[in-house]
Amino acid sequence: MALLDIKNLHARVEETGMNILKGVNLTINPGEVHAIMGPNGSGKSTLASVLAGREDYEVTEGEVLYKGQDLLEMEPDERAREGVFLAFQYPVALPGVSMSNFLKQAVNSMREHRGLDELSAGDFLKLMREKAQLVHLDPSFLRRAVNEGFSGGEKKRNEIFQMAMLDPTLAILDETDSGLDIDALRIVADGVNKMRAPDRAFLVITHYQRLLDYIVPDIVHVMVDGRIVKSGDKTLALELEEKGYDWIREETVAA
Amino acid sequence: MQAPPAPIVARPEDRFLTAFELNEGHTLNGSNARLHGLRKQAIARFRELGFPPPRTEAWKYTNITRVLQHEYRLNLLPVETRLTPDDLAPYRIPGLDAHTVVLVNGRFAAGLSDIGHLPDGAVVTGFARASETHEDLVNRHFGAYAGDEQDPFTALNTAFTLDGLFVYVPKGTRLRRPIHLINLIQAEEDLFLQPRLLVVAEPGSQVQLIQTDASRTAVPTFTNGVTEVFVGTGAHVRHYLVQDAGEAASAVNTLSVYQEGGSTFTAATTTLSGATVRNNVYVLPNGEHCESNLYGLFLGKNRMHVDNHTMMDHARPHCVSNELYKGILDDASTGVFNGKVLVRQDAQQINAYQSNKSIVLSDAAQMYSKPELEIYADDVRCSHGATSGQLDEEAMFYLRARGIPPKEARAMLLIAFARDVLDTIELDVLRTYLDERLDARFHS
Repeated sequence: MALLDIKNLHARVEETGMNILKGVNLTINPGEVHAIMGPNGSGKSTLASVLAGREDYEVTEGEVLYKGQDLLEMEPDERAREGVFLAFQYPVALPGVSMSNFLKQAVNSMREHRGLDELSAGDFLKLMREKAQLVHLDPSFLRRAVNEGFSGGEKKRNEIFQMAMLDPTLAILDETDSGLDIDALRIVADGVNKMRAPDRAFLVITHYQRLLDYIVPDIVHVMVDGRIVKSGDKTLALELEEKGYDWIREETVAA
Repeated sequence: MQAPPAPIVARPEDRFLTAFELNEGHTLNGSNARLHGLRKQAIARFRELGFPPPRTEAWKYTNITRVLQHEYRLNLLPVETRLTPDDLAPYRIPGLDAHTVVLVNGRFAAGLSDIGHLPDGAVVTGFARASETHEDLVNRHFGAYAGDEQDPFTALNTAFTLDGLFVYVPKGTRLRRPIHLINLIQAEEDLFLQPRLLVVAEPGSQVQLIQTDASRTAVPTFTNGVTEVFVGTGAHVRHYLVQDAGEAASAVNTLSVYQEGGSTFTAATTTLSGATVRNNVYVLPNGEHCESNLYGLFLGKNRMHVDNHTMMDHARPHCVSNELYKGILDDASTGVFNGKVLVRQDAQQINAYQSNKSIVLSDAAQMYSKPELEIYADDVRCSHGATSGQLDEEAMFYLRARGIPPKEARAMLLIAFARDVLDTIELDVLRTYLDERLDARFHS
């Protein structure tokens, strides 16, 4: 069974009624890494938001099955507890909420859902230290407020750190590479690569090919105007880098 | 046929004026001539001022006259309390090692208090008792800081002062343990209570007072409390007030603070419950290099009304003041913040900061914020800001996207919002206690 099966998904912005997704079809199997590329405004981030359950969008047609269940029926927090993780393009600062308290609540919500006991303070600290190393975060940042005063790179590393803590089945990375220098990009990609596993899939959304030098995808999709118009292997990403998106547009229109 | 006689509408003021006339020279004799003289002056002042009419600027958002229409009873005679120390368990702060003083209906309950050992010369006792045992000290300070020229509530309290708390910390003395005042209402009738607190911190001394306002009754009560604080040269005083007297308890609390040079005064007030609650804080740093910190956190639910009214009177140069008030208003509750900073002409080099932020959780809840700066000196730094908004939806989504259920996420964000006020509380056990109270509140 596919892990994620998106069929003819249409969605619009709730407030303005503007149609963004116009019939997305996508199947992701466990263990696969999919990349979605596309020009600005093509609907890549909207797809990530709809999958995570952001309420600003309204699904008007189509369906999304996750582990065979109707994903769109689930609340955002239920989706997360079922193993869907979104690494935010713009992580939110939470003044007054410490990283450790935030993660404790998140991890224990997951564990409760899976019928596990809460982690002891000692085990929790150990887990945090271990996973922080994965993205080279200094343990002292655990005492800071979530994303408050974090640099752009720290915020993105923090997203990957949270992903490692929460151990998802489907991880959606929404432009995690934007605003990162090469060093930070490498650290983030290393973290993701270490988490690749046969029972976990990734959906990597990016505007640029360079992230895919480090996180090598199994399948690359191109999204234009709310639809996936082309899919291929990793060489498609290189082709896009070279030729830009216009040839795809022309090809689509011609077809 | 005769028209029915017009109903006689007694002004609420008249009840107090009559009670004064009946009791003056008896219950309200006072232990000495000065006190007696002050009472007479104060009742004259009250007669002249009356309660603030609804359109008074300082009471614009709080209709206190409506609350005072209720016929509360003045209890001028002491009533024996049947409470035992075990009854105080709900009002204690876990892990707090303190000199515990208990007031029941505004009167010092010696049998319930556990003051313990104090440093040489320090005094912690009931106000009535102190006006006999420490007559000179009481005479020197009582009524010296709480001005009644403009304030009918202070005048009324002074006219009827019977008992309360007296704290004296001699020069250079540091009270290692805080004082915990449990200010308890125990009533079968609708009482009107007027406790009086006097804190005298001599130069170079240090003292922390925690005050817990609580009630064991569901009948309507009204507390008109006045606290006077003298902070001597270089002294440090902290006053933590936790207001949690329940939905039938209305109060006007007036805190009047006088600071000498180089002193520090901090007030942090947390309002957890109440009917109509008005907190007046007047601070006069009357010397150079003073620091004054006024913090407040108020949580409104149901039909609760909380009004914080501050007056920072910078009369002298080189002083600093900080004000931070935060409110979380739910249901049909109302919050008011009216903060005035006055910088007088000769008060150069003043740094005065004021901030008021609120979260309004429901359509029926309201917040009124009115910052006022009045500056007559030219070399000063003053800032003020007021914001009021809803819970941040983006933050809610972020938490939920990490698997945290909405109720939990909401509680986390509300506690986080209150965090910077709670963090001003330097007493760990009190901060933990309030953290837990907030946690329980937002999870209910």
